[in-house]
Amino acid sequence: MELKTPLYDVHVALGGKIVPFAGYLLPVQYPTGVITEHMAVREKAGLFDVSHMGEIVLSGPDALNNVQMLLTNNFDDMEDGQVRYSPMCNDKGGVVDDLIVYRIRSDCYMMVVNAANHDKDAAWISSHLTGDVQFEDYSDRIAQVALQGPQSEAILEKVCAKENIPPKYYTYTKDVEVAGCRSIVSRTGYTGEDGFEVYCAKEDAVKVWNALLEAGKENGLIPCGLGARDTLRLEAGMPLYGHEMNDEITPKQTGLGIFVKMDKQDFIGKKAMEEMGTPTVKRCGLKITGRGIARENCPVYVGDRQIGHTTSGTHCPYLGGAYAMAIVEKEPAPLGSTVEVEVRGKRIPAEVVKVQFYKR
Amino acid sequence: MSNPTNLLYAKSHEWVQDMGDGTYRIGLTDYAQKELGDLVFVNLPQEGDEVEVGAAFGDVESVKAVSDVYSPVSGVVCAINEELLDHPEMINQDAYGAWMIQVNEVSDKEELLSAESYEAFLSEEA
Repeated sequence: MELKTPLYDVHVALGGKIVPFAGYLLPVQYPTGVITEHMAVREKAGLFDVSHMGEIVLSGPDALNNVQMLLTNNFDDMEDGQVRYSPMCNDKGGVVDDLIVYRIRSDCYMMVVNAANHDKDAAWISSHLTGDVQFEDYSDRIAQVALQGPQSEAILEKVCAKENIPPKYYTYTKDVEVAGCRSIVSRTGYTGEDGFEVYCAKEDAVKVWNALLEAGKENGLIPCGLGARDTLRLEAGMPLYGHEMNDEITPKQTGLGIFVKMDKQDFIGKKAMEEMGTPTVKRCGLKITGRGIARENCPVYVGDRQIGHTTSGTHCPYLGGAYAMAIVEKEPAPLGSTVEVEVRGKRIPAEVVKVQFYKR
Repeated sequence: MSNPTNLLYAKSHEWVQDMGDGTYRIGLTDYAQKELGDLVFVNLPQEGDEVEVGAAFGDVESVKAVSDVYSPVSGVVCAINEELLDHPEMINQDAYGAWMIQVNEVSDKEELLSAESYEAFLSEEA
C-alpha cells in the first residue's frame, strides 16, 4: 500500500495524474502537461511536492566522525548553514545512495536521502554507527516543497522575510517563517535552475504549498509533477540513483569523482576504490542526432563493438531534442566523437557531449 | 472532446475512418493522446509497407515513454501523414484530425466499436 504525502488531496484537487513512485502516491503531471511544466521552471517557476524524500539526523559528539566515515565527500571544513552533496558507498565502492547533508551544528547533521532508498539507507547508516552518536529518522514528520526557476526568489520574498532567505546556492536558513510556518529554507534543487527547497512540519505542508502557489501566480508559477522533475534533472545532466548510480557502480565510474575525497583519512569504500585505481569507464552525455529517443539501457556502439549503455534518456523540452546519459568505455568515446545507440533494434547516431546539456 | 460518430474505434485506442474509396485512415483516439501526454516523437511505416490486424505499425513517444500503435486492419500503407514526423504535438492538439497512416487493399479488419460503444468501453475501463 502506497503512502500519501500531506499534499495528496491538494494534488488531486489540482487535477494531478497520480502514480505510485518510491512507495508514495505522487502526481506525475498536472493538466498542464510535462512540457509546459518543464518550460515554466526554465523560464518562470514551478512548485514540486518532494515530501517523499527522507530526512535522517545524526547528532552527538561523534556525529561528524560518523558522517565522515559513511560518506565519500569531506565535511570537516563545513560551517553551520552550509549544504553539501555526497555519495554514500558500500565496502566495494558501489553507491548505496546519493544525498545532501545539512550542517545544523558542529555536532548535528541532517541527511536528505532518496525515497526509494530510505529503508535501505536507514538500515545501512544505523548499522554502521560507532561511538557516541544518535540516529533519528524524521522522514514521516517532515514535508518538503521545492520552488524552482528564475522567479523563485521573487516569489519566496512575498511569504518569507528577505533577511531569512539564504543568499547563496547550497546554503540554508533554519527556524525561519514561510507563510507563518516554521521552516528550513534551502537554496538547492534538482532542476538546474536557481530555487529553494522548503522543509516544514507535515501539518504545515498545505499552508506552505498554497501560500507559495498563490504568491507565485502573477510570476507564472505552476505546480509541476514527477515527469517534469525527471526531464529537468536530465536536461541539466544531474544523475539519478537507480539510473546513473547503483550498488555496483562507484562514484568515480559515473562522473562523481570530485565528491570522493581520497585524501580523507578513511571512509567506507575507500579501500576498494584505491584498489580499482583510475576507472576505465565514464559517464558521458549523448546528443541523439538521428531520429528517435534513446531511453535507459540502450546499448552504445562504436562500429561493431558495444562500449557501454545508456542510463537515462528522453526528449529534452527546453533544448528541443533527444538526449541521453551513458556509461561507456573512456578510450573509444572522446568528446565530439560519433557513436551509435541501439533503440528498439535500430541503431541511431549520437554525438558524445558534456553531460551537462543545459546550463543556466 | 467527444468521439466523432463517423469513425470506428479499436479497444487499443486507435480510430479508423472509412474514406469511401476502399482506403482507411488510422489515428490515435483523444483518450489515448490524453493518457500518453505530450507527444514528442512519432515513428511511422513507409508507403508500401504491409500492416496486420493487431500488430504494431508504428510508435509514439511522450517525454516519459514509448507506446506502440496497433493496426486495426490488415492491408498496405498507401499514404502516411508526414507532417506528424516534424509535429507530433498535432496528435495532442487534434487527435481526430491527425491521421497517421492510410491503408488500402484491406484484407482483414478487427471488430471495431461505434463511438457510443467505445465511450461505454472507456467508462468500464476507468
